[in-house]
Amino acid sequence: MKRAAFDQKWFPVLLLLPQLSIICLFFYWPAWQALRSSFYLEDPFGFGSTFVGFENYLRLFRSGEYMQTAWFTLVFSLSVTFLSLAIALLLAVKADGVLRGAKTYRTLLMWVYAVAPPVAGFLALILFNQRWGPLTEFFRAFGWDFRIRLDYFDTAFAMIAVSVWKQIPVNFIFFLSGLQSIPKAVREAALIDNRSAVSRFWTVTFPLLAPTGFFLLIINITYSLFDTFGTIDTILRNNPGDQPITLTYQVYLDGFRGQDIGGSSAQSVVLMVVVLALTIVQFRMVERRIHYT
Amino acid sequence: MASVTLDAVRKVYPGGTEAVTPTTLTIRDGEFLVLVGPSGCGKSTLLRMIAGLEDITEGELRIGDRIVNDVDPADRDIAMVFQNYALYPHMTVRRNIGYGLRNRGASAGEIARKVDEAAAMLNLRDYLDRKPSQLSGGQRQRIAMGRAIVRDPALFLFDEPLSNLDAKLRGQMRIEIRALQRRLGTTSIYVTHDQVEAMTMADRIVVLNGGRVEQVGTPAEIYHAPASTFVASFMGAPPMNLLTGRFESGAIRLDHGPALRAAPGGRSGPITIGIRPEDVRLGEGDHVFDVDLVEELGAHRLLHGRLGDQHFTAHVLKDMPVREGRQPIALPDAALALFDAQSGQRL
Repeated sequence: MKRAAFDQKWFPVLLLLPQLSIICLFFYWPAWQALRSSFYLEDPFGFGSTFVGFENYLRLFRSGEYMQTAWFTLVFSLSVTFLSLAIALLLAVKADGVLRGAKTYRTLLMWVYAVAPPVAGFLALILFNQRWGPLTEFFRAFGWDFRIRLDYFDTAFAMIAVSVWKQIPVNFIFFLSGLQSIPKAVREAALIDNRSAVSRFWTVTFPLLAPTGFFLLIINITYSLFDTFGTIDTILRNNPGDQPITLTYQVYLDGFRGQDIGGSSAQSVVLMVVVLALTIVQFRMVERRIHYT
Repeated sequence: MASVTLDAVRKVYPGGTEAVTPTTLTIRDGEFLVLVGPSGCGKSTLLRMIAGLEDITEGELRIGDRIVNDVDPADRDIAMVFQNYALYPHMTVRRNIGYGLRNRGASAGEIARKVDEAAAMLNLRDYLDRKPSQLSGGQRQRIAMGRAIVRDPALFLFDEPLSNLDAKLRGQMRIEIRALQRRLGTTSIYVTHDQVEAMTMADRIVVLNGGRVEQVGTPAEIYHAPASTFVASFMGAPPMNLLTGRFESGAIRLDHGPALRAAPGGRSGPITIGIRPEDVRLGEGDHVFDVDLVEELGAHRLLHGRLGDQHFTAHVLKDMPVREGRQPIALPDAALALFDAQSGQRL
């Protein structure tokens, strides 16, 4: 391959500058601010701050409330990621059989993705409305007295259901195009080599879909941790009480409602570390086993 | 091992296009049959119907004694080699070759033994633990072959397996595939658009055109006794010369040329006269061949020009002196093939 080189040293820096300044301004600087203030106890009215070392962190891990939120976040993220990926994959496999190239359907199926998270939360409140929500009535027919925002489990169920529903279209589109990029002849060869459709899926289709799946896994974990904020906030109507919340929501609550900047910053740092660790684990453990064509 | 019988097999696509008109054909046990024709002639569709990758619209397909119209591809006891090899990119060569066996419940020991055997036969031993993407086109083609032979099926199907290889490798793989098939004695159906492959590999050739069988025969029959002008012009490089002429007063005559020979049974009217380029004799006779280009091919030369006002090509061996310009040429009676001017069918 031909290598192009710049004569002046400053020219590539100039080209990189816009990107670098955006990253610094909107990521490194806030991250640094969060890290710094997590070691301080800030006065809520802005009258100075006191260095407290790791006190903010220790307070977090001693708090039963925080640990419960962490536990719910884990359950929530795993459920949302797994269900939205699994359901989307199932739909994509079924759709792939019948709508090869039918773009209209794909566009229609994509629409849900354009729904903003708070709107999704609002839709959930309508669907699960305690008096006249159609889904509430549906559940009641099966003897489930569904009480959103009153019952911890029911609220969690609604949050997960809506978050999954909103994420399925984008996963579906990626999986479908992944499926359609598997060469026809490879599928036909498998058809001759293997009579079981289930076994064909797990030994040929799924491994060839793995690069798409890995990409979506990262996207979906990030989504379930952060982008579900709007949905959760709308469902809780800014008033969580003893209802389930995620770590991201807890950061918001403590920082903006509780004016506990130090504690909230410590939580942000914990979240950053978790995401960083997750990404490293994924690239080290999962990606090695993926075959990119 | 098995014979294959097609009984009025027909393919109509949902849009209404008839890709294959009702075709009746028997492939004998152990035979190497080549389906050849231009693109869109239905040869691949025919092969894919035999493989079970396309539904059969009408007619009956038997492999051995079994009617297989509605049998799954995996249960037809066939193996197929695809044009783009269709290897599983995420599996090693060993797993690629063994995949079909594994799904048929063979034991690990049996799979290992058979894969090793096949790999030895195809010179793939050193590559068994590599992925297909690390290997060359010829090696990938061999893996595809290995995947087919390891299962010891009743029938091999080849769908233009050599068309992605360069010319030299193609010639080499042609011989390898043919030798392998001879050794294993497995009935094979081979699809190609390359008439050289068809001629060199086939026991029998089926020439297809527009979803219809034009002629079935051995390579020699197809070459020397083409059943139609289509076969005459498709098989052979350069193709047979086809000249317009007519029956006239008891003789066959080229347009604007002397009489060639006596016409059978007092016919009259227009006719197409065919002669292979290598059957003409230069430097004698009463036709005038106006040569305007000599193509040097080493062992022989091709002379392109006009006979009367029609395009004509002659093939002469390297020892024959040639020149451009007008010269006498003879068209021996025995080498002439006569075709109906309208239908193109041989008379």
